[in-house]
Amino acid sequence: MTRVRVIQLAVVCGAILVLELLCRLGIIDRFTMIPPSEMLTALGHVVATASWFWGDVRYTLGNLVAAIALSVVGGFLVGLAVHAVPRLRRALDPIFTSYYSVPTFVLYPLLIVVFGIGPTSLIVLGALFGIVAMIVATVTAIDRVPPVLLKVARVSRLGRLRTALLMKLPAASPHLVTGLRLAVAYSVIGIIAGEFILSTEGIGRRVALAYNNFDNQTMYALLVLILGFAIVVNAALGSFEQALHRRWYRS
Amino acid sequence: MTARARLVDYLLLAGGLWLAWIVLFEWAGPEALSPPGATLRRAGEYLTSAQFWPHAAATGLAFFCGCVIALLGGLALGFLLGAHRLAGQVGEPILSSLYSIPKITLYPVILLVFGLGISAKVAFGALHGIFPVALFTIGALKNTSPVLIKTAQVLRLKPLATARTVLLPAALPEIVTGLRIGFSATLLGTLIGELFASDQGLGFMLIRAMEAHKVLDIMALTLLLFAFAALANALLLAVERRVHPR
Repeated sequence: MTRVRVIQLAVVCGAILVLELLCRLGIIDRFTMIPPSEMLTALGHVVATASWFWGDVRYTLGNLVAAIALSVVGGFLVGLAVHAVPRLRRALDPIFTSYYSVPTFVLYPLLIVVFGIGPTSLIVLGALFGIVAMIVATVTAIDRVPPVLLKVARVSRLGRLRTALLMKLPAASPHLVTGLRLAVAYSVIGIIAGEFILSTEGIGRRVALAYNNFDNQTMYALLVLILGFAIVVNAALGSFEQALHRRWYRS
Repeated sequence: MTARARLVDYLLLAGGLWLAWIVLFEWAGPEALSPPGATLRRAGEYLTSAQFWPHAAATGLAFFCGCVIALLGGLALGFLLGAHRLAGQVGEPILSSLYSIPKITLYPVILLVFGLGISAKVAFGALHGIFPVALFTIGALKNTSPVLIKTAQVLRLKPLATARTVLLPAALPEIVTGLRIGFSATLLGTLIGELFASDQGLGFMLIRAMEAHKVLDIMALTLLLFAFAALANALLLAVERRVHPR
């Protein structure tokens, strides 16, 4: 496994190095992209000197956490309900499968009318993005509970509540974590997109401002920050998910 | 489950959505939502108006190009990485973290590289679609039963013949799933590209309606887009069911 990691690291570093060279040699001009090393120093500069930085980070992160919480809890409950009624599930299926091909944030202006410009609109937008992934993951998770576990529960004469808590929930947990991972990824998209379009605060708004002012240094610094954050969170949840998978489906 | 029962379900669902829409409309008011009847009428007006179709054609062209790039590129990438075990182990996590990044943050970069216009839209669409296609292809090849591969070896099939007669048929159902998801993602990418960087297309119509705050137009366009996406998805799902083994 370590050999794979080494090659992975080499591939990623090589790609960044090629990008650095292309920028340094002027094949990619400075108005298009600054070299990756400069992105990092620019990020350091922004963190150290920009007075707005921590306030905007706090604003975006706070909204993100609220959106994730809403979509995970809401998606889990709706998923349970949808799974309990097979006819509802069959009818809703086409909506779930085509949901992510429509840019949900076209509804953002309507949300602003209802909730005003501010955290509430952004949180609702982020939750709208994340919730369907969680619903689908919950339904799949319950589907995949091995029937033998339910038989064991019946043989042990567990009640319905204890079957749900002791058998179904742990066995479904790997797929639920998949849902959590997707809900996080989609909520990030929703929050950042909302801040791009219209917001008074937040990291996404800072990116849009920097883009409009041709301030490539700040823009790329913040892009590196957002992408790095997304990759790290996704990787952490991904390895948690795999650990659960290994534990439950060892074969 | 008969066809008639399914039809009844869909009708009930449509009725339920209609009702939910009306309740939401009553709650939020005409400033935020348009009533369902008027929205449907506006959607119908769009479909018969002369201004709508050039925009739809522009979107369609960009979407088509993005789809071709995403599907072919994704399949090529998937087969390259999926056929070789080490390459798959190295490449798959990299691809899946690329898939999970919020690609919308890259839109300023795409704009700087491609400028305003159709190439930015195509690039943004393809960028969204290529990773799911590649990932599903890798997964499909990885999950091919070892017995099939051993059989091919016993029969002394050449690599190309193995790919064509054994690997492809075995992996096809999952690849079709990947194509469907890639299709959806490309549509999303194309529309986002149009929202931010375009002078024509349905996304451009949407952003204009958003800026002018024409609630009815936003809702009607969203409805049309959703109907198109759902219809295309249903078609691809039907294909998927046909190729999936019973």
